[in-house]
Amino acid sequence: MAFGLLKYGLSPRYEPKRFIQEGGELKSSYDVVIIGGGGHGLAAAYYLAKDYGIRNIAVLEKGWLGGGNTGRNTAIIRSNYLTPDGVDFYEESVGLYKALSQELDYNILYSERGHYTLAHTDAAIRTSRWRAEVNKHLGVDSEVVYRDDLIRMVPHLNMSEDVRYPVLGALYHPPGAIARHDAVAWGYAGRAAEMGVELHQNTEVTGVEVEGGRVVAVETNRGRIGCGKVLQAVAGRSSVVSRMAGFDLPIKSVPLQACVSTPVKPILDPIIVSGSLHVYISQSDRGEFIMGGSTDPYPRYQTSSSLDFMEGLMGHIMELFPFMGELPVLRQWAGLADMTPDFSPVMGETPVENYYIDAGWGTWGFKATCVSGKRMAETVATGRVPDILAPFALDRFRTFDLVGEKGAASVGH
Amino acid sequence: MKIINCPLNGPRNAQEFVHGGEVDPHPDPHTTSDDDWAAYVFIEDNRAGVVREWWCHVPTAYWFIAERDTVKDEVLRTFDPAEVFKERIDFTRPPAPEKPADKPADKPEGSA
Repeated sequence: MAFGLLKYGLSPRYEPKRFIQEGGELKSSYDVVIIGGGGHGLAAAYYLAKDYGIRNIAVLEKGWLGGGNTGRNTAIIRSNYLTPDGVDFYEESVGLYKALSQELDYNILYSERGHYTLAHTDAAIRTSRWRAEVNKHLGVDSEVVYRDDLIRMVPHLNMSEDVRYPVLGALYHPPGAIARHDAVAWGYAGRAAEMGVELHQNTEVTGVEVEGGRVVAVETNRGRIGCGKVLQAVAGRSSVVSRMAGFDLPIKSVPLQACVSTPVKPILDPIIVSGSLHVYISQSDRGEFIMGGSTDPYPRYQTSSSLDFMEGLMGHIMELFPFMGELPVLRQWAGLADMTPDFSPVMGETPVENYYIDAGWGTWGFKATCVSGKRMAETVATGRVPDILAPFALDRFRTFDLVGEKGAASVGH
Repeated sequence: MKIINCPLNGPRNAQEFVHGGEVDPHPDPHTTSDDDWAAYVFIEDNRAGVVREWWCHVPTAYWFIAERDTVKDEVLRTFDPAEVFKERIDFTRPPAPEKPADKPADKPEGSA
């Protein structure tokens, strides 16, 4: 048996098939060039190929596919935002996520857990109620729960009143889910590549050629590529790349740190978030606790981890879940978050013709991967910005028409 | 622990400081266009490299300027804003141009 298996494994007749086909040599031009091979860029490539039949696409990735914020987030998916614009948008994303494993025929381990946003103050209860009512009005399952419910629903949560920030209640969002973030990027990448999209890793864009206000080519470390249209989807370095195209963004690049504990048996089913304490925690299917906190106190282009962060996060985590004090931390890391003044993304047209942007994804990018990919594909293919993206236009910062999203992660209110 | 050299208080823990954003040239509020003002309010330089920023030492409420490398995360130089800002910005409204006196009042007397 073992010998037979070894023979099978070494036989040249059964070559391992790579799920994701990498692009070979760069062509001299493409219909669409997507800068950034993260979840958003790959999803856009997939929907461009599938829904609009545009297959002459190159996805250019400086490092490796899904190696940026796609692989660094805490993988939470939810739609209980505060503004109708935000709710509509993320609700569409949740719908797409639910069907994504089927759509891609690739298991993204979508796991619906229920999502609690804890409230520690009367003001936070008020915001929770506000969000719940907006959500219900727009058809999103969301409700405020109080201490009695929480004791029953999340038995491990420390409900003691003798702590610095006692829990008064929570905004409960049953469809809140987690998924395997790498699989989302790989699934989109694999299926896009099957349809003819070229995926080029280790290909860094070093310049953007604009002629008469219209993008004509991008310069890369592997040569110049002519292009009909460009989609920029480079979280963290959005300002650096947009400056190559000749415009500035309302974005600060701020590191967001996270960590996981060593794996243990399943104990915490739901996702627990506290906006006031800047904490979110969930247990992955592997048993690790995934924990994140607030963004770092000042912007920088660096993804180093800090003890300050860990100390601050753990103080709050151990107040909510005292047993966490016995679990060692397995890994700690950071991603570069694009922070906008109104905690909402920047999507759609730019001052450069045929150059589209998908940026400003701060701390809320993973949960929007599907919808932003699908809708940016629509924008790029048709040249028209769909209504659902209109509130997130870059132009809103010129007309003082900000979104005012207070439902974003890591935002105290 | 990271140490930042405060021009007023000397080297202090980084946790005592608050980041106050980029030092932008302030457009003249009386003559600037709406677009330029919006850009001043919202648009960020967000450079990967050496930037000039406002910082505040919170316990002493002292604002100063720092030059910081955002890639290496090193504070290169800190100095008092007086080095850059030599005079106060005048926010008082300049006298409005005089209106022709013969124009009758729009509103009847007594309305606010």
